Amino acid sequence: MGKRMTGTVRSVARLADGVYDLRVEAGLTNPAPGRFVHLAVPGFPLRRPISLCGCENGVARLVFAVKGGGTAAMAAWRPGDTVDLLGALGNGFPEPDGGAGKTVLVGGGIGLPPLLYYAKTHPDTHCIAGFRSAGHVILAGEFPSLELCTDDGSAGFSSYPHQRLEELLKNREPVARVLACGPEPLLKATAKVCREFGTPCFVSAEERMGCGVGACLVCVCAAGGTYKRVCKDGPVFDAAEWGETV
Amino acid sequence: MTDLSVSVAGVPMKNPLVAVSGCFGFGREYDEYFDISLLGGLCVKGLNVSGRPGNPPPRIAEAPGGCLNSVGLQNPGIEAFLREDLPFLRTKDITVIANIFGGTAEEYAEAARMLGDSADMLEVNISCPNLKCGGVNFASDPKAAAEVTEAVKKVAKVPVCIKLSPNVTDIASVAVACRDAGADALSLINTLLGMRIDIETRRPVLRMNTGGLSGSAIFPVAVRCVWQAAAAAGLPVIGMGGVSSGSDAAEMMIAGASAVGVGTALFGDPAAPVRILRELTEWCGRHGIENVSGLTGSVRAY
Repeated sequence: MGKRMTGTVRSVARLADGVYDLRVEAGLTNPAPGRFVHLAVPGFPLRRPISLCGCENGVARLVFAVKGGGTAAMAAWRPGDTVDLLGALGNGFPEPDGGAGKTVLVGGGIGLPPLLYYAKTHPDTHCIAGFRSAGHVILAGEFPSLELCTDDGSAGFSSYPHQRLEELLKNREPVARVLACGPEPLLKATAKVCREFGTPCFVSAEERMGCGVGACLVCVCAAGGTYKRVCKDGPVFDAAEWGETV
Repeated sequence: MTDLSVSVAGVPMKNPLVAVSGCFGFGREYDEYFDISLLGGLCVKGLNVSGRPGNPPPRIAEAPGGCLNSVGLQNPGIEAFLREDLPFLRTKDITVIANIFGGTAEEYAEAARMLGDSADMLEVNISCPNLKCGGVNFASDPKAAAEVTEAVKKVAKVPVCIKLSPNVTDIASVAVACRDAGADALSLINTLLGMRIDIETRRPVLRMNTGGLSGSAIFPVAVRCVWQAAAAAGLPVIGMGGVSSGSDAAEMMIAGASAVGVGTALFGDPAAPVRILRELTEWCGRHGIENVSGLTGSVRAY
């Protein structure tokens, strides 16, 4: 259950072109990785849902991309500004169920932040991270174990993260399960690879959101043959049911 | 102390604040943010006989002073509502208004028949802009609106409120047609049909291309429609559309509303209805108003 709280901006730092690292002191206590907060932006009717990238001593770390006027206004926040937020909302990544092997994190672009939070709070993870190019890389140095891919080959492997995952699974590396967050085509491709190898996979979905608390049925995605609420039933879904057409 | 109680078509409510259909689910989610028993009433998510999956996403687009939605009346159907949601609402001290829709007049009547007297009032949605058949077509033609009203009234066991659309040339004539067909009350306005386009991709933001505009942007349109419909039909009105403050609520009542709906304001402030009620109460106190119901229709129009 989420709560409405008033937070205080501690810092805002630019990580890459159009990507910002916002720290807000708000008194969240140990929210599970994969959960999100819903931020009010003064002057905008709708809140902005942002996944937690970390939370230490009540300070939430929120890494977001500027996509429009609302997120641009957030990037201009300054230390000391107050922030009206709902949180923590949604369901996080499920805890490991004891299967042999690592939890592999497959992330693309602005999908990396919740995966970093997971990696920092759980042992035995390996991240496969994809970005458009070297200039778009964020957070990579903070993962305990990470391999880097870029679409144009300007850094790391010149391939997509799901292709690297497929290599791992083909080589019979012990993979207990996969957690994925990123653009929908990457999530779909990752879910497909996992299905082929019988590897459990959970994806963190994204959709334009309204209330954030499960009431307005706006942020739905197809899952299990029906439309489920990303904010309340997700944002993390079992890939076995996610994307199943309605 | 102002007496906040109101009555809409003989249905008593302890105060005029109503959560509007579609923004409030069946009450459970917002009950985590405030005790929904503080509200006068709740219009539940629109229901039809067998349920609907709704439209594909994206279903929301921001707009100046509000947003567009194209949810498409996703709902679990009336049987599931009666089994899983109504019992929860009945543990609350809140007037339950069951919002119904259908594709034909017969489907509306069947929905009303299934609900019987389980809710305190029926709100008949003839004005959803997100449905291809039915929906707004019924609200844009006085004859069709009257047909649905009559079909529902024939079987309804509780007062019937017809929810009107602002997407019409002459809302007064639709209001009068509903009254003549037996409507006990009116609620208005539903959303205004709108559209947003992403200029980079040249794709509409909504997967359905168009959707319904709500939020404070539409408040003046709502006030005008409430004033015209209430004056023309002489029926009690639940006024809704962009209400986001106590002064908005007072304005809506002065225009002709007996009760006031709050919806999109919830997205910014999950406790908006109780804040608005508090602001309205304070406003009434400052103005020495004994009965909030005395505000209804008190506009001194030129």
